[in-house]
Amino acid sequence: MSLMAGTLHVVEYNALVFRRIWRGSIAVSFFTPLFFLAAMGVGLGGLVNRSSGGVNGVPYLDFLAPGLIAAACMQTAAIEATYPILAKIMWDKTYEAALATPVTIPDLIRGEVVWTTIRMFIVAAMFWIVMYLFGVGHSLEALLAIPASVLTGLAFSSTIMAFTATRRNDSGFAAINRFVIIPLYLLGGTFFPIAKLPLALQALAWATPLAHGVALTRGVVLGNINAPEAALHALVPLAYFAGGLLIARALLVKRLAK
Amino acid sequence: MSDPHSLILARQLTKRFGDLTAVDGIDFEVAKGEAFGFLGPNGAGKTSTMRMIGGVSPVTSGLLTIFGLDPARHGPTIRARLGVVPQADTLDLELTVRENLMIYSRYFDLSWREGARRADELLEFVQLKERSRDKVDELSGGMKRRLTIARALINSPELLLLDEPTTGLDPQARHLVWDRLYRLKQRGVTLVLTTHYMDEAEQLCDRLVVLDKARIAAEGSPRELIDRYSTREVLELRFPIDEQPSLDGKLNDIAERIEVLPDRVLLYTSDGDEAIAAVRKRGLQPETALVRRSTLEDVFLRLTGRSLVD
Repeated sequence: MSLMAGTLHVVEYNALVFRRIWRGSIAVSFFTPLFFLAAMGVGLGGLVNRSSGGVNGVPYLDFLAPGLIAAACMQTAAIEATYPILAKIMWDKTYEAALATPVTIPDLIRGEVVWTTIRMFIVAAMFWIVMYLFGVGHSLEALLAIPASVLTGLAFSSTIMAFTATRRNDSGFAAINRFVIIPLYLLGGTFFPIAKLPLALQALAWATPLAHGVALTRGVVLGNINAPEAALHALVPLAYFAGGLLIARALLVKRLAK
Repeated sequence: MSDPHSLILARQLTKRFGDLTAVDGIDFEVAKGEAFGFLGPNGAGKTSTMRMIGGVSPVTSGLLTIFGLDPARHGPTIRARLGVVPQADTLDLELTVRENLMIYSRYFDLSWREGARRADELLEFVQLKERSRDKVDELSGGMKRRLTIARALINSPELLLLDEPTTGLDPQARHLVWDRLYRLKQRGVTLVLTTHYMDEAEQLCDRLVVLDKARIAAEGSPRELIDRYSTREVLELRFPIDEQPSLDGKLNDIAERIEVLPDRVLLYTSDGDEAIAAVRKRGLQPETALVRRSTLEDVFLRLTGRSLVD
């Protein structure tokens, strides 16, 4: 079987499962950004704009919205890479079933990554539409926010999948959410500039893929980023993604091909 | 290298997990069209052997070929021609009965159309046609097992691996599974199965190996093994619980061999009725006395000193 075929069939499997819940999922992907941008962007943003004239020279809504797209992809990736993957490894053993066919472990990983990419693409696209409706990102380059935020999420997809491959139960997932995802969401440059953090935390923030993903997504939406900057901000999430893939593969082979 | 008709060839096949040796240098061959069994208690190495044959678990040392191919190098090619029924059902509970077969057909790179055709045909074969739109969750244990077998057949495999195909099923469900497996055998599908049920091995297997503590203790057809390792008949005696330990010596010379189990005494003899008479003549009063033919259970007891199912 060709390289593509195995990957495709794993994606098809996910699509078949998703078919039962897609309406609800798409609705959530639309209403979540709607509420967020209304409450935080317009409501809270109004206060910010009045007291300090916006953030980094733009209205708060314009600053916030692109960062939220990148963060939403991170959250989507974190969910997709934890519970569903562990279920397939140990609860439902669907990987064991798939591995009894010509499908291989690399096929499974590629398939999951492609599927997560599709899911993040839907999330990012819905978010982008809402952002557009709020009057932010009315330029052709602003569309690059979608691939930029998907790239941000991919960094979390592969690395968290590697973590999941080591799990015997789901208790670690709450810790990932509490100690990685939520702190990054709150402090990773989404809601306020990283420059406002204490110096030590600034260094820490810039070591994470979210800070760079947010900077990239925001840069393309606001149109104030140059090519070298964009390349640097893309490279960090990409490096996390690639490293995560290698580790996830090694760990899944160890776990599933005993 | 060996008989070109053998689908599976194993020489000094070994599997270790750290310090634990799960399979310890076993030799066996399975010919095309054969029904071959691994009989043994839990932990004897049956599942580890099956997982190596399935190309999922790497061989630690020794030689293993399936269809003449090395599973380490040709895993996907081998698996394309195999059907696997794992010990625990790995059905997808989120999908319907038919979808389970459809997605599995895709894993074998069959077209959706061909997958649908085979799914319908197989659901008929395992008598689940009426349940095709139901969620797997709603099926009984026996139905799930049959669905797992149908799924393993979606690629029309030449070789079907079944790891304890009827463990946990009620007698009626077991007979239905056996019937379907027997039909597959008639069609020329090679069956390799593991079991710790002697009746299953006797029903289905042309030939089997008895596995004990990661090694092969004996090999042959069920009939051969019984002839070789047991007597024609077995007399089973049950005594009141407090009397059994005090039997020492009293049954000597009545049978060729005597096994004292916690709950009964087995006397291996060519003539069970004659043995009962001899027991009574010695003034012993068993609560029950049953004469039966030897089974693979007796073979196993003889070979290992232990029962198959505790």
